[in-house]
Amino acid sequence: MKQVKHRNSVSKLLLLGLAFLLTFSTTTTTYAQADAAKGKELFNSLCAACHKRYKKATGPALFGVTERHSTEWLYKWIKNSTALIASGDAEAIEIYEQFNKTPMNAFPQLSNADIDNILAYVMEPKAAPAAGATPVVKGGAAGGSDSSSVNSVVLGLMALVLLVLVGVLFIVNKTLRQFASANNIELPVKEKRKPIWKAFIENQFLLLVSAVFLLLLSGYFVYGYLMQVGVDQGYEPVQPIHYSHRIHAGDNKIDCKYCHSSARVSKHSGIPSLNVCMNCHKSIGEVAEATQAEGLAEYGVDYNKQIQKLYKAVGWDADKQAYTGKTEPVKWVRIHNLPDFAYFNHSQHVMVAGVKCQKCHGPVEEMEIMYQHAPLTMGWCINCHRETNVKVEGNAYYEKIHEELSKKYGVDKLTAAQMGGLECGKCHY
Amino acid sequence: MSSNKKYWKSVEELSDSSMVEALKQNEFSEDIPVEEFLGDKEVLDESSTSRRDFLKYVGFSTAAATLAACEGPVVKAIPYVVQPEQIVPGVANYYATTIADGFDFANVLVKTREGRPIKIESNRLAGANGGANARVHASVLSMYDNTRLKTPQVGGKSTDWVGFDKQLAAKLSKVSGKIVLLTQTFASPSTSKLIGEFASKYSNVSHVVYDSVSNSEALAAYEQVYGVRGLADYDFEKASTIVSVGADFLGDWQGGGYDAGYAKGRIPQHGKMSRHVQFEANMTLSGANADKRIPTTPSQQKQVLAALYGYVMGYSVNASLPAPLNEAAKKAAQQLKATGSKAVVVTGIQDKDAQVIALAINNKLGSKVFNAERPKLTSQGDAAKVSALVADMNAGKVGAVLIVGVNPVYSLPNSKEFVSGLKKVAVTVSFASSNDETAALCEFVATTPHYLESWGDVEINKGMYSLVQPTIRPLFKTRQFQDTLLQLIGSGLTYDAYMKNVWKSSILGGASFNKALHDGVFKTAVVTKSETEDASEENEEESAFTSSFATSVRSLTSAKAKGLELTLYTKTAMGSGNQAANPWLQELPDPLTRASWDNYLTVSKADAESLGLENKNVANGALNGSYATVTVGGVKLENVPVIIQPGQAKGSAGLALGYGRKQGLKEEMQVGVNAFSLYQNFNNVQSVKIDKAAGEHEFACVQLQKTLMGRGDIIKETTLEIFNTKDKPLYNPMPMVSLDHQETPVTSPDVDLWDEFDRSIGHHFNLSIDLNACTGCGACVVACHAENNVPVVGKSEVRRSRDMHWLRIDRYYSSEETFEGDNETKDGFDGLGDSLSGFGELEVASENPQVAFQPVMCQHCNHAPCETVCPVAATSHGKQGQNHMAYNRCVGTRYCANNCPYKVRRFNWFLYNQNDEFDFHMNNDLGRMVVNPDVTVRSRGVMEKCSMCMQMTQKTILDAKRDGRVIKDGEFQTACSNACSTGAITFGDVNDKSSKVAKSLEGDRMYHLLEHVGTKPNVQYQVKVRNTKEA
Repeated sequence: MKQVKHRNSVSKLLLLGLAFLLTFSTTTTTYAQADAAKGKELFNSLCAACHKRYKKATGPALFGVTERHSTEWLYKWIKNSTALIASGDAEAIEIYEQFNKTPMNAFPQLSNADIDNILAYVMEPKAAPAAGATPVVKGGAAGGSDSSSVNSVVLGLMALVLLVLVGVLFIVNKTLRQFASANNIELPVKEKRKPIWKAFIENQFLLLVSAVFLLLLSGYFVYGYLMQVGVDQGYEPVQPIHYSHRIHAGDNKIDCKYCHSSARVSKHSGIPSLNVCMNCHKSIGEVAEATQAEGLAEYGVDYNKQIQKLYKAVGWDADKQAYTGKTEPVKWVRIHNLPDFAYFNHSQHVMVAGVKCQKCHGPVEEMEIMYQHAPLTMGWCINCHRETNVKVEGNAYYEKIHEELSKKYGVDKLTAAQMGGLECGKCHY
Repeated sequence: MSSNKKYWKSVEELSDSSMVEALKQNEFSEDIPVEEFLGDKEVLDESSTSRRDFLKYVGFSTAAATLAACEGPVVKAIPYVVQPEQIVPGVANYYATTIADGFDFANVLVKTREGRPIKIESNRLAGANGGANARVHASVLSMYDNTRLKTPQVGGKSTDWVGFDKQLAAKLSKVSGKIVLLTQTFASPSTSKLIGEFASKYSNVSHVVYDSVSNSEALAAYEQVYGVRGLADYDFEKASTIVSVGADFLGDWQGGGYDAGYAKGRIPQHGKMSRHVQFEANMTLSGANADKRIPTTPSQQKQVLAALYGYVMGYSVNASLPAPLNEAAKKAAQQLKATGSKAVVVTGIQDKDAQVIALAINNKLGSKVFNAERPKLTSQGDAAKVSALVADMNAGKVGAVLIVGVNPVYSLPNSKEFVSGLKKVAVTVSFASSNDETAALCEFVATTPHYLESWGDVEINKGMYSLVQPTIRPLFKTRQFQDTLLQLIGSGLTYDAYMKNVWKSSILGGASFNKALHDGVFKTAVVTKSETEDASEENEEESAFTSSFATSVRSLTSAKAKGLELTLYTKTAMGSGNQAANPWLQELPDPLTRASWDNYLTVSKADAESLGLENKNVANGALNGSYATVTVGGVKLENVPVIIQPGQAKGSAGLALGYGRKQGLKEEMQVGVNAFSLYQNFNNVQSVKIDKAAGEHEFACVQLQKTLMGRGDIIKETTLEIFNTKDKPLYNPMPMVSLDHQETPVTSPDVDLWDEFDRSIGHHFNLSIDLNACTGCGACVVACHAENNVPVVGKSEVRRSRDMHWLRIDRYYSSEETFEGDNETKDGFDGLGDSLSGFGELEVASENPQVAFQPVMCQHCNHAPCETVCPVAATSHGKQGQNHMAYNRCVGTRYCANNCPYKVRRFNWFLYNQNDEFDFHMNNDLGRMVVNPDVTVRSRGVMEKCSMCMQMTQKTILDAKRDGRVIKDGEFQTACSNACSTGAITFGDVNDKSSKVAKSLEGDRMYHLLEHVGTKPNVQYQVKVRNTKEA
């Protein structure tokens, strides 16, 4: 199960290293004595929900904040902004008005040193990693192609050698024959035989056998073809918004049921409505530069553009930090399509049976583009029902039936099939 | 072989050969219009496509289409942008609301899926008013009717509300003369208040309430005696003796809804059950359920009531009754007196005297069944005021008329006068949801939403309030009548806010509005008078009774029939015709005649013979009937089909109201004749002249045989006396077979072909049907339609016996006076000749037969004959006892249906959805919104049948598993058991020994249908017990 691919770990490391170096080389001097690394930690845990360093979010962009305000003022503001506003501080009121009268949370737990650390972190100028990183990534990619090109060169050389050998043989043969004819040595003449195809046709038994064989073979292929009609395993349609399960479920480890929440209670897993996306994306307006670069290089996708698509659909004005009210629902392409006559209930499998989503949907956390992992055929369903034990522990519903049934079948654990999970009417009504 | 004989084909050929010669040369006198059906000639000539090319293209495109078919379609999934909190796709929400369409009033629960209402269920919190009948169950489909009006209209043109309001306000301000509101009964406190406010804004307003089926006389009688304009309400659960004189209280009498209470008293408990005596002319549901039914013509009914009064009071009443009727009345009176306060008399005679007398008898008996505290307020119509309005309109006294929720052009007997009056009114406004007869003649049509899209409140019984709340946003540009009124009086409020204010200020008394909205009902305490006052009043009443009653009795005893007497009634399916566009209701068979898609004249056999009217079965088995012309006074109704109804009182006839609507309906729905034209003076009894007319009517009956023919193993019946005193084998014998010359019960494993399967583990579902409690109301049939996406097939298919009902309610008549008599006749047959003629006679129903109803659905046999014959194993058995049907596996051999002894399997002869040949709700996007997403919509060529609502049992199990708990009895339900307000159908798990069905399985009354076949069904029936004991 744990087969996480590290395709580009090398390039990632290089990139991170470079970014690290750049960070240190260009740190500004004002808060040099403060620890920007500690500040980063604090910033991410306390401030990042509303603030970004270089971009306006719920609150203002914080880069350059020490140039706009005095440090003392900042201490007061961060520790208790409401009090500062109440005290009639003009500067404070101006900001308060500017940001729709949304007060900033008070952070009395921060010491001045902590605040210094945070300020040190936010005052780091924007690194220009895109320029620096791209060649690195390219270099990495080139490195990859190097090894393959070496292979091909070796193979090409060998092929050339073989060709030369064949040519040499041919020439040798030809020269030998010339010698022979020149020396009047009679070469043995091949006896003219009946052509093999004629012999084949005349041999009726062989003909029959091969006809039968051919028929069987074509039957096999026709059957194989027909059986895959309507089975869309591997179906990987292009979606209106390039949504990466790899980033969300893999890198960020968001629980599947956070977005597909109705899988808990309903037969449908549910495609999350856009307001669920906005729970996070209200403050995540763009991805980390590294992720963006990776997206561009590996998948040819501009993740930030995808987030903009989301904003457009849900009607979010990122500059004003407000909903415009103009929405346009996203028309996703449905990947997993069960026929209408088959009833499937997610909550039964997810909540009652405790089946992992990945069991049917595959390694979603690695999928950059979602595809259909399982064949979703009836045989596939039934196999699983035959092999899977029913999760009865701690469920009062199963107590009696499990006790009686396990006695009847003489087993400790009951499979779904023994529970009646193979009956036609359980899924077809 | 040559011959000189000349043959000719016609006289013309012999006499004038030139013309014939010309014809011979040119067989088609005109050129075949090839161009016409192939298109433009020039284009055709220019085209280089030869026939061979054409065939090539056809071949290629067929091949391409075949290949393309292998590609799956791209399915889109569009989530909400902002998902409403309470909506989870795939999970149903329930809302309590109330139907109040002027004819049906009931508290209901509405099941919605993804925001669409898909099913109506009873609101158990509401008690008696929560029992939804067939029409209420079907009302959800009426919302998805694509013939509804989609925008407001002015002068026949669509407009928007802004324009509409402007034009209407302008016109109304200029009105000279009265402004009349002609409305249905709202029984709504808020609407009453609002109409009052409207009246104070426009000073010359009068409000006329009109019920298309009038209760004016009963209202007047109640008002005279109790001082409240309402209808007497009864709780039949408390009754030991029920005597009904012409009141079909299990049908639509006084709004109906009495069946739940009635049925509770009908189940024998501790050796007791109620006794029900019915005097009536038409065969009704109440008569069919009665212990004793006496066919009585309407004029005789009055005499019977007078006689009853006399016997109860101890007066001698000068009633001129035939001896048997007099005897019956006497016995009924004795029984009434014997049971005293547990007895009740009800009457459906639309006559104030008769109603007063019935109230007087109940008063004398001190009947506790009668509920004096909470009269019904659901019928407020005043026939006299409506008649006065028509006169005023014709006299030009009316300046504006606002018609709300009623269709007087269709339903008034003097509709022509109304139409001529309407033309003299300057401003005519119709508040209607479809372009009905009245809306078509009105200048303004304010489209109203369905009740599932509306707000409102209803006071069904005094002090019993209920709320109407929308369960979906209005589908079209509609606006409630009340909102339009608010607009007209210039209030800034919407009706929901207005109503909330009214509730907070005058109804709730501090209770929570949200709680009331959640429950759907809110009950306030009744202000009872103090004891002393009560006593004095009683004395007053007593004296008032004695003084005025002599005249009432005299007027009753003077009643005489003039010729045939016609009783107009409303059918179970159609009611007053509000939902004529509803295909479920049109296809719901009448419980008694079993005919769908029609109304008809019911006559007795004797009268039919004397009038020359006939019913006959034609070659394909379907029923045909004569036409008759029915004349009342000067009004003639042509081409009324006739059905000969066993039990119809000689000298009487019946005809259902509510049919024959034409305007704004699809052609398929325009069935029947409009009997409202005969409803003179709003009297449901009319003297009538019936003449045979030419032609034959084709009926669509779902059951053709009438009688049980002594087959007591289908419906087992006994009397209360035998049930109480004798052992089970006498009234509920187990069929026996001989094994080694030993009588062995057929259920014994020794005589079974099959091995028994162990079903003691897990759930094992059983459905129990109590024949004593089943009144035949048909609510279960419609609920089954809604739950299981059962298609509607239309009249001609029903006539071919291709109806798709998964659940039918068989009706059997006895051939003798009782079913017991049938058995005796059958047992008395001696020899072949006797039995041949005897069985023939048994096929004819008695003049006054006993009637039994039997709901039959798939019996889910444990040893199912259908399963063994399926060549593809499409039908198989589950461990939980259900017989499964996998539609996608079925290839349509129909072997299973042929092998089913119960005839419950239904075959899809056609594609019933998205097929223009079956233009019902499944043929349009709007109508398909009612489809239950959990149940497959079947396609052509597959068999289907009752699944015991597999989707519902699975849902219950899943919910319990998710909560990790054991399932309690009563949690398992099917659509039919859920819809059954009488408790006749109960469903549950027999492996749960505490469950109702497990107990009834062991009960003395339990039997299985056709037990001797050895199918071991999972549907139980409970023997019908009749209380035949006379006083």
